[in-house]
Amino acid sequence: MANFTPVSAAIGGALIGLSAVLLMLLTGRIAGISGIFAGLLNIRSEDKAWRIAFIAGLMLVPVIAGWIGYGMAPPRLPASWAVIVVAGLLVGFGARLGGGCTSGHGICGIGRLSVRSIAATIVFMVTAVITVAVTRHILGG
Amino acid sequence: MEVISRIIAPLLCGLIFGTGLLVSGMVQPTKVLAFLDIFGAWDPSLAVVMAAALAVATPGFMLARRRARPVLAGQYFLPVKSDIDAPLVLGAGLFGIGWGLVGLCPGPALESLATLSPGLVVFVVAMASGMILHDTWQPSRPPLQRQVQVNPDR
Repeated sequence: MANFTPVSAAIGGALIGLSAVLLMLLTGRIAGISGIFAGLLNIRSEDKAWRIAFIAGLMLVPVIAGWIGYGMAPPRLPASWAVIVVAGLLVGFGARLGGGCTSGHGICGIGRLSVRSIAATIVFMVTAVITVAVTRHILGG
Repeated sequence: MEVISRIIAPLLCGLIFGTGLLVSGMVQPTKVLAFLDIFGAWDPSLAVVMAAALAVATPGFMLARRRARPVLAGQYFLPVKSDIDAPLVLGAGLFGIGWGLVGLCPGPALESLATLSPGLVVFVVAMASGMILHDTWQPSRPPLQRQVQVNPDR
């Protein structure tokens, strides 16, 4: 557990929770990123303004952080291009089929004590752990 | 005052959400994978992120539900489904495999686009394609039709 960062994790987590509560309290919306983003991609969706505003806020954070001297290191993706494409397709398709992702089910859904979201979170945690175990310890050696 | 409910409030929430992801380190796929790697050098940080988020969100949502409607909008938009069905389990399962392959989920992926890292651009294009693929295949379940006004306490 050499890389365990409980303090920054707790502060960051609390901010994520605060954001979800504020969005619900102010606009009545669920802060599920896959749902917000998918609504932007859907031509039949009419309420795009708030979705664009939320995602713009999300994307502005690394930019603002860079201005004040806390620039974000470009994420390192420990995978080949083919794996990145397959992973992206699975994340996008799976999030829509399952009705949410880590934020929508894992935080907003569980926060609302939704049985569906608790089940979905358990399922994606388990398949993700198995995937990492297989790729790192069985295939990766 | 529509500009507050449609632009300023969601923009502010996006900024807070993104700050949370950045501060917690969850924008780094290596940190997420270190949490998922329970058989390796396990890093429990993601569990602390979720626990802290839920410690704020759970009571916060309970307070929000005591209001008949949101502060800036006419109604709450909440999912109507309550049963655990096959699409939920299958979708979550596929999502977890993709998440485990590279350590990226939609929030951190979109936020990291700001770094213009080529891998991130490829991931987000693939993710958007997966979403469009699903929503074209199942046009009867676009986001708006699945969310209606429900406030069980009222």
